[in-house]
Amino acid sequence: MKLLVAVKRVVDYNVNVRSKSDGTGPDIANAKMSMNPFDEVAIEEAVRLKEAGKATEIVAVSMGLKACEETIRTAMAMGADRGILVETDAQLQPLAVAKVLKALVAKEQPQAVLLGKQAIDDDCNQTGQMLAALLGWAQGTFLSKLEVGDGKAIVIREVDGGLETDEIKLPAVLTVDLRLNEPRFVKLPNIMKAKKKPLEVIKPADLGVDVDPRLAYSNFRDPPKRQAGIKVKTVAELVEKLKNEAKVI
Amino acid sequence: MPSYNAPVRDMLFVMYDVLNMDAYKDLEGFGEATPDVVSAILDEGAKITQEVLQPINLSGDEEGCHLANGVVTPPKGFKEAYKQYIEGGWGGLTGDPEYGGQGLPYVLGVAMNEMCCSANFGFSMYPGLTHGAIDAIEQHGSKEQQEMYLPKLISGEWAGTMNLTEAQAGTDLGLIRTKASPQPDGTYLVSGTKIFISAGEHDMSENIIHLVLARLPDAPTGTQGISLFIVPKFLVNPDGSLGARNKVVCSRLEEKMGIHSNATCVMNFEDAVGYLIGQPNKGLRAMFTMMNAARLGVAVQGYSMSEVAYQNAVAYSKDRLQMRALTGPKAPDKPADPIIVHPDIRRNLLTARAFNEGARAMAYWTALQVDIARRHPDATERQKAEDLLGLLTPVAKAYFTDMGFLTSSMCLQCFGGHGYIREWGVEQFVRDARIAMIYEGANGIQALDLVGRKLPANNGRALMEVFFPEIGGFCEQAAADPELAPFATAVLGALEHLVDAGQWLMENGMKNRDNAGAAATDYLYIMALTTLGYMWIRQVKAAKAKLAAGEGDPQFLNSKVILAKFFVERMLPDTAAHLAKIKGGADTLMALPAEAF
Repeated sequence: MKLLVAVKRVVDYNVNVRSKSDGTGPDIANAKMSMNPFDEVAIEEAVRLKEAGKATEIVAVSMGLKACEETIRTAMAMGADRGILVETDAQLQPLAVAKVLKALVAKEQPQAVLLGKQAIDDDCNQTGQMLAALLGWAQGTFLSKLEVGDGKAIVIREVDGGLETDEIKLPAVLTVDLRLNEPRFVKLPNIMKAKKKPLEVIKPADLGVDVDPRLAYSNFRDPPKRQAGIKVKTVAELVEKLKNEAKVI
Repeated sequence: MPSYNAPVRDMLFVMYDVLNMDAYKDLEGFGEATPDVVSAILDEGAKITQEVLQPINLSGDEEGCHLANGVVTPPKGFKEAYKQYIEGGWGGLTGDPEYGGQGLPYVLGVAMNEMCCSANFGFSMYPGLTHGAIDAIEQHGSKEQQEMYLPKLISGEWAGTMNLTEAQAGTDLGLIRTKASPQPDGTYLVSGTKIFISAGEHDMSENIIHLVLARLPDAPTGTQGISLFIVPKFLVNPDGSLGARNKVVCSRLEEKMGIHSNATCVMNFEDAVGYLIGQPNKGLRAMFTMMNAARLGVAVQGYSMSEVAYQNAVAYSKDRLQMRALTGPKAPDKPADPIIVHPDIRRNLLTARAFNEGARAMAYWTALQVDIARRHPDATERQKAEDLLGLLTPVAKAYFTDMGFLTSSMCLQCFGGHGYIREWGVEQFVRDARIAMIYEGANGIQALDLVGRKLPANNGRALMEVFFPEIGGFCEQAAADPELAPFATAVLGALEHLVDAGQWLMENGMKNRDNAGAAATDYLYIMALTTLGYMWIRQVKAAKAKLAAGEGDPQFLNSKVILAKFFVERMLPDTAAHLAKIKGGADTLMALPAEAF
């Protein structure tokens, strides 16, 4: 079974992101970048499937600037066999990413696409679902457990109020949650080996995909600063403030 | 609980923007070390040190090591962390590819050592000592010994130690008594007691390869009669499998001030089977060739402690509200200002940081000399690098560890009373840092090594033909650049003090040796400050070039300029004081008779 795993280069989770003063976007010019943590889980799961003899090849794909090669190299150091970068400086939105992935599925013919349930930069949580719709494939989203069988997979999904166990047909799109596994530490010799693994660079146009943004962002601003608290003297005063000042009850 | 964030950005800045490591890509091992690979290695190294080693630092300090029935158990979590470390292949970073290592530049090894040590000093010594054993066997072992021991030492499956010190033989190794008796089969039986053996015994690796200094029966007295032996904890069969337990045991663990998580052992050898390494009676020389590397490793320990202490002191100083700024409230909505507004807090923090970042640059520059000395095809370049390495090693070892202790303590000061309380973790950094001034050649000995051995070697070639032209030449060029001129002028001033001190030594140290002994530490400090100054100008130059090109983070790069100014205004002026002390000579120091003390 061949697996396609999508990995996104995002601002590192330790970075405290602020918006640009002119409100045109987040200020990430010099921020440290890393692999989206949810995608790390996706790669880890793919590697475990390969180690368990259930997957035969793992192709890591990313899209965006040339620097996304580093993210693909990390995926290969974790165990992906080869990589594809769809290089573009366009602002990529979930629909465009889903279309590119669909084209890559046509090119690579995997039995499953694994990706994070969302990326920690825009928190969209859309790409996997859109991809499944475009492909007409089954989808297993928010996975905390994955068991791959013959032509099907048993998945446990993290849903509101509990866990849901489903059996889905393969091929499928699988989006993963953090509880699925704990990604491994990359081994030094594997970093060196990753450098020698094949990494193909193509353009969206090569796949015949139009990645132009469909959504326009109007403004970015920091969340309002938290005000200092006060002490109330009575419960009545608290209720009054919650009702009239905070307007929450 | 203290935390640690590996300063990967600064490491990359030093390697590529300051030292221009790209220019060495023809050297063996440097070709693979492209910036993207180095960046990936440092990121992953940061991850394992921050997420695996750092969390067991404080607990390891509190628990310490245990000895029962000759078996030493390191603190909880260490065995698992060691397993993860070696499975990750980190022990083989710089190891010979012929024996399974990655053969990467020594500079990278130093960076990894720095992260391990900042995250967990006590842990870092277990793989650290193994590197010492690897160096010794690589440089002095027979082909057979290399094939037998190197693969497993490089992989970390086996650990290594250095057994030098005995109760009566510390600094003066000529007093060693441990005996080695030759056997008909070509092996030796080693008997004696060694003390202060770091990582001497533990259960984290399958085997421990002890490198032991001992005397042959007919050996001359003193340092000319010492030989080096390999004494494995478990004897190794010809097929590489482990055989009988050798007669070397840990009889006691020392209770000590710091590095509690590292086992400091008394080792008893009773007719333990050993194998001679290198030539008979040339053991000390063999030890010394690997000591440059080991001493550079200890130098790194000095500023690594200061780095982690600094990071935690900054976090505390931004958070802790006490008093108002002298110029009026800076956080009027709060009951007091964060203490980082106070000049004296900043003096503590900036002294630590200007030292840390200067020392990091100097450590990597020194490590680069190790790479050049070992890998450059041109013999002249190799010799220049060796000369520089000879000078810089004792300077880095003594100055970095003296300062590392001092600045860790300055960082503790920012915490006020909480700094003295264990749970904040900063007092551990101060205690741990203290050992680095003592072991691997006490700092006073480093100063004597510099003044008595390294300066006069080859008629002063290292200083006159390499060090002065390198720093003087660079500063004179920099002085012509208006942006660098103020820094260059200051460092040229320090260089003059160094020349002046050298001349005084020539005139007064020969006729009265005590004058040289009395001047040694101050001379070493002038050389350290001058070299750090040189490193700071190179950092400013690199930062300004990046700013002009619109590359990099402006705040990070502008901070380099401010820190260089701080160094020049508040640290470099000490060279004048050291020069004045040197010129005081030895007379007063030696005036009191011993009984008057």
